[in-house]
Amino acid sequence: MPEADAAGPAVTAASGPPDEAAAERARRAVAAVWRIESARVVAALTRFVGDVGQAEDLAQEAVVEALRQWPAEGVPANPGAWLTTVAKRRAIDGWRRRDRLDERYAAMARDLEERGGAASDGLPDPDAVDDDVLRLIFVACHPVLSREAQIALTLRVVGGLGSDEIARAFLVPTATVQQRIVRAKKTLAAAKVPFEVPEPNEYAARLAAVLQVLYLVFNEGHLPASGAEWVRADVSNEALRLARMVAGLMPREPEALSLVALMELTAARFPARTAPDGTAIPLDAQDRTRWDRAQIGRGRAALLKADGLGRGRGAYGLQAGIAECHATAPTVDETDWAQIVLLYEALGRIAPSPVVELNRAAAISMATGPASALAVVDGLVAGGALARYPALPAVRGELLARLGRTDEARAELEAAARLTGNDRERESLLAKAAKL
Amino acid sequence: MKYMLIMRSDDAAVEAYEQLDFNEVIAAMGAYNESLIKAGVLLGGEGLTDAKEGFVVDFDSTPPVVTDGPYGETKELFNGFWIIQASGPEEAAEWAKRCPLGPGSKLEVRRVTELEDFPQDNEWIQKEAGWREELEGKAR
Repeated sequence: MPEADAAGPAVTAASGPPDEAAAERARRAVAAVWRIESARVVAALTRFVGDVGQAEDLAQEAVVEALRQWPAEGVPANPGAWLTTVAKRRAIDGWRRRDRLDERYAAMARDLEERGGAASDGLPDPDAVDDDVLRLIFVACHPVLSREAQIALTLRVVGGLGSDEIARAFLVPTATVQQRIVRAKKTLAAAKVPFEVPEPNEYAARLAAVLQVLYLVFNEGHLPASGAEWVRADVSNEALRLARMVAGLMPREPEALSLVALMELTAARFPARTAPDGTAIPLDAQDRTRWDRAQIGRGRAALLKADGLGRGRGAYGLQAGIAECHATAPTVDETDWAQIVLLYEALGRIAPSPVVELNRAAAISMATGPASALAVVDGLVAGGALARYPALPAVRGELLARLGRTDEARAELEAAARLTGNDRERESLLAKAAKL
Repeated sequence: MKYMLIMRSDDAAVEAYEQLDFNEVIAAMGAYNESLIKAGVLLGGEGLTDAKEGFVVDFDSTPPVVTDGPYGETKELFNGFWIIQASGPEEAAEWAKRCPLGPGSKLEVRRVTELEDFPQDNEWIQKEAGWREELEGKAR
């Protein structure tokens, strides 16, 4: 009669509201386990079946099975191993049904290899699991995938997020995310992408792609291209969690640690970035007492660790350095602007961009005054790269105003107001122009 | 969201703990901490020294009375904490369950307050943030 006992609660679960609550609790418990275990489970399954897409499908089937069994039997002692075992069994059943003996033998060989030949104690080597998670991250960010597909797949298989959660993060319909993931899996299979960490000759570029995917997700949470809320901290925090995970898996990579530092130092300012009416507050007007000191401490610790590797700073390290200068300054005027100018100069050399150059000009105006900054901005205007970028005339207008060239300043601020798509920014620019 | 995992143990658990092989205890706890770090969820945490070194400031009377040692009648001692990032109480509970503790020990899980938990326009809340800033500024 154990079957009847087990079925009891499941049958009543469908009948009344109190049991719907129990079902919801079970769903949330499974989702929590999945968030923690997804990367390791999908990584282990990819090693077993040789394909990320199939591995993820099998893992989802195991999750469905968990939703059926755990409410009655409780969460198993090792839920990750439970999910992996159930999924592997499904894979074997599938091959048996289709009589795919070749695949079974291949999987058994991979399983044996995974256990280093001594297939007895059953517990996977934790270092081997870490290596597989790293492989999974590199495959999810593989260059055969579009950036959007890399992001969706990374959040799905590494972050353990559902399609609905990814859709909310990127303000797109759930169906769009589902399509992106299905296509991404098919593309990886079609390109026969191996489950491997990249070769040394392509390692740097592949690592850069992984870090860029995480940075884009982070920025989506606080620099949304559209949408009502200025800061959606949960999206950025998810990126931060994954960045810490990646940095933990590759502790010898200064740029992975530096990305964590940059994210921590940037996120520390979130509490001060939004006015009660929802408008954005620029850095120089923020109430610095609202910055998260503990988070600043974590960011600085990560940057120190990156520097400690002795390989110098890359683009994330330099940006983290700039964020650190702001985070540790009591006021705008007491900021080490000379240091920020140097960091922007270095950043401009390794990752040249007109936006970096404009930021450098703004820093120069604080460090040495508006005249030398104006020369840099005029160079940008002559280059023509930022012709449609409202910040260019806005910065130029501010510099001209400080130099007492009022008429020119007004014209620039009005030009910036015409370029911006943001109503509040337009009002603020026009108000500044009117005050001159 | 941030959660604090607060470790509490009764006297028997503390005694049992002292009987264990120190290296094994350190290794188990180290592996747990490493799993939190590798998952990207560990934000902070501390272990506390022997409760006998501590003292209690008791507000039952005015002015409050300072007494040596741990709380007199309490059956459980607070001896360390972690702060983790988690998506909700279920994930925090799942992490807590994995902590290598034994009978007589408990982890109390509490959500850490965030800015949004307070009315933003309260002058005392703003002042408190200012005080914190000032203190930490001096500590630097």
